[in-house]
Amino acid sequence: MFDTEFFNLGYLDRLSYQNTFIHRIDPRIKLISSLMFIVAVVSFPKYAVTGLLPFFIFPVLFLTLGDIPFRFILKKILFVSPFAVFIGIFNPLLDSQPALNFLGFTVSRGWMSFVSIMLKFSLTISAALLLIATTSFPGICFAMQKLRIPKAFVAQLLFLYRYLFVLMEEAMKIVRARDMRSFNKRGKGIKHFVPLIGVLFIRTVDRAERVYNAMLARGFNGKIYSTKAYALTMSDILFIFASVGLILLFRVVNLTTLIGRWTTG
Amino acid sequence: MSHHFVEFKDVHFRYPDGSSALNGASFRISHGESVGIVGANGAGKSTLLMHINGHLLPSSGSIVVGDLQLDKHTRQDIRKKVGLVFQNPDDQLFMPTVFDDVAFGPLNLGISADRIAERVEEALDTVGCLKLKDKPPHHLSSGQKSAVAIATVIAMRPDILVMDEPASNLDPKSRRQLIELLKAFEHTKIVASHDLDLILDVCKRCIVIKDGRVAADGPAEAILSNKALLEGNNLELPLSLQKQSINKESTSMDDMAKLNHLLHHWKEHNDEHAATYREWAAKAEQAGKSELAETLRGIYGAAKNLSSLFDEAMKKT
Amino acid sequence: MHMADALLSPAAGATFWAGTLAAIAYCSKKLKETMDEKMVPLMGVLGAFIFAAQMINFTIPATGSSGHLGGGMILSIVLGPYAAFVVMASVLTVQALFFADGGLLALGCNIWNLGIYPCFIAYPLIYKPLAGSGATSGRITAAAMISGVVGLQLGAFSVVLQTLLSGRSELPFNTFVLLMQPIHLGIGIVEGFVTAGVINFIKSARPEIIESAFSTRPIAAGVSLRNVLVGLSVAALLTGGTLSWFASANPDGLEWSIEKTFGKPELPEQPQGITHSLKRVQEATSFLPDYSFRKTGEKTESAGAGEKAEVWPNVESGKSLSGMVGSGIVIGMILLIGFSIKAVKKKT
Repeated sequence: MFDTEFFNLGYLDRLSYQNTFIHRIDPRIKLISSLMFIVAVVSFPKYAVTGLLPFFIFPVLFLTLGDIPFRFILKKILFVSPFAVFIGIFNPLLDSQPALNFLGFTVSRGWMSFVSIMLKFSLTISAALLLIATTSFPGICFAMQKLRIPKAFVAQLLFLYRYLFVLMEEAMKIVRARDMRSFNKRGKGIKHFVPLIGVLFIRTVDRAERVYNAMLARGFNGKIYSTKAYALTMSDILFIFASVGLILLFRVVNLTTLIGRWTTG
Repeated sequence: MSHHFVEFKDVHFRYPDGSSALNGASFRISHGESVGIVGANGAGKSTLLMHINGHLLPSSGSIVVGDLQLDKHTRQDIRKKVGLVFQNPDDQLFMPTVFDDVAFGPLNLGISADRIAERVEEALDTVGCLKLKDKPPHHLSSGQKSAVAIATVIAMRPDILVMDEPASNLDPKSRRQLIELLKAFEHTKIVASHDLDLILDVCKRCIVIKDGRVAADGPAEAILSNKALLEGNNLELPLSLQKQSINKESTSMDDMAKLNHLLHHWKEHNDEHAATYREWAAKAEQAGKSELAETLRGIYGAAKNLSSLFDEAMKKT
Repeated sequence: MHMADALLSPAAGATFWAGTLAAIAYCSKKLKETMDEKMVPLMGVLGAFIFAAQMINFTIPATGSSGHLGGGMILSIVLGPYAAFVVMASVLTVQALFFADGGLLALGCNIWNLGIYPCFIAYPLIYKPLAGSGATSGRITAAAMISGVVGLQLGAFSVVLQTLLSGRSELPFNTFVLLMQPIHLGIGIVEGFVTAGVINFIKSARPEIIESAFSTRPIAAGVSLRNVLVGLSVAALLTGGTLSWFASANPDGLEWSIEKTFGKPELPEQPQGITHSLKRVQEATSFLPDYSFRKTGEKTESAGAGEKAEVWPNVESGKSLSGMVGSGIVIGMILLIGFSIKAVKKKT
């Protein structure tokens, strides 16, 4: 369990360092357009279904152009879906007014809003996952700093990221050692969890001390300078115009019903 | 430039919990020397290294690095002279990318942003890791991490390179690469390690620490081939020498083999000294002191003769 | 439990983001003023610790299900509330990206729910007074339990409010509260127990870690903390107020522009007219235990009846058909684009 999550995280992290067209887009541009995308999707009213469909072109483009394996992202989306499903499933139970009629079937408004929640859920979650799968975490931090997120917080994110994998590996070793010697449910209870976390905590504090020493050894004086300079390229600018344009178009015009009306006359 | 680069005089150190780690350590390390520091676990090696860099200040006694006496006020300046490479590269590399990490020290030294790239690339190139510069540290192998950790320190251009267990966690090939890398450095080097073969390869001189004191100090070959001394310090002969001594025991030529080793070591030292004499002779000439230069050349000639005598002796052993 | 983007309205999401960002900015400023440099790596590494520790499961006695560590309380006790909040915010941000826990819009809510309550309410108002400075392990346990439970109850209640404010779910207030609070009571007790255990463990193994937290970081007493809370609530109220006013003036901004362009709303959707928005605000501000937001299963709410008739004008099969056909074509086109890019990429 821990092992799989650890390796999944590492995999996602490695994906973010690929070199494709999508990966090369400036992180600021990707962060801004992802946020716009999410707000546009979420701003659709409760029962909107058809209007949301064109938005799926974005994850599809990110998946294909960014060389991101679809099944991997799908699995991650399914993994976090329970809360949204749990809350959303009450809608069809509680709202059974008919919404539309199709070939003799009546679909209730509750089901419409449930489908709407699920569509929004897959769109927004895949937006977050695809953002990190196509942009390195330090890149996102850089973008956040440019968007005026406080420096102390950005530095904190970068530090966390740097030691994430180190500490997860340490935790994984401890968990393996525990699981190797615990059988059935014995050994996995709170009684053993507490000292395990305690030991990990103390090791962490000691590590912080060593890191601090290493920082001092290199002249640390409370400031962390950043050297990264990204310059916007032509393709960045085209990307932002194209994505903002499409997002607005999809939000304002319901392409799905429009196309449907054309074809059905 | 002062001759003695690091000088410990009767240094004592007691941790806040009352345990004493150094009990009168004294030694001098000169410019250009490579010194191995060995000793049992808890003998005080790490504490000693932490003093060279001013992380810890002696409870009593004095430490001089370059021309600075270590105290609260000079520790910042001393850190500019002394580059300390920590045992675990994960502690050393705390920035999100290799480039940022190597740049961290120089930026703190006040190097301007436009010259930083050059400095970083030079340091990475020295350790053969230039192509890793945009990677995050957690994507590196252990060997790469160790090399980059060294680059983070040499980017600051220290006079003295201090390393704590540089080769722990390395596979044999990476370890060998690291040894070659260290041998190539012209810095003053101080290496603490249990890897006695590494010390033997990299260092000319060796200091044995026991109970916070210097138990032995001398040429690495001599110290590391002294079985009794090493075993008295929870150490054992380096593997490379163990093999030799097995061979020697079978031919009962123990002492001769040892002498041969020593001669070899002496000659190496002598050759190096000879080169220095010549350098200084040239400098004296430039400064217009031709008589002094003449004498120095005389010393150089004598040293050359000495070298051939060592060769002769080696043939006879 | 993490709030999810899909259950949020933009106004609710933005409101909580505003509050959260204000809190992050305030804490960052506070840290800059008071912090010793040592805290920089300590906070970073502890953030990674919380992240890793949350991935370790343990079995909860008698239930067989598994729990994990929340972390807000432990961090507050060791680092003080400002640093703890920044660390929690960073942990949740990384989770939102790498695990997609909730999503990016909901991140503001999640940082609020899992950061503000433990760090700025449960810790200073409950844990500190109860545990005192020279606390015995018994007092620590009691204090950690109670503050853990309160922190999580507030967080869970907050999830309920955020969901209801957004109006995407049909769940009535009473039912939702009855679902959320008891579940989180259990989780809170377990978490309090774990927090207490870990704090006591650290206290016996390495007392200086916790003592130094008490001596060097006095957590700036009650005054500035009150400032924080007041400031945050003002920020949240202001943004929330502005946004909902804006929302009521323009039915959802974009929808309004649709109406303008096409003469009527394009979709069979629920426009959020002034009455509706006012009702929402009223609902949000006057929640009493026996008041239910939306009467379960009631077909014709007296307040919303007229409006709903307008919302759902007619169930017309022709429109449904064109919607279905359109959906099929749109999905087909997207898939086609995806597959052709893939095919082209494979070739090159």
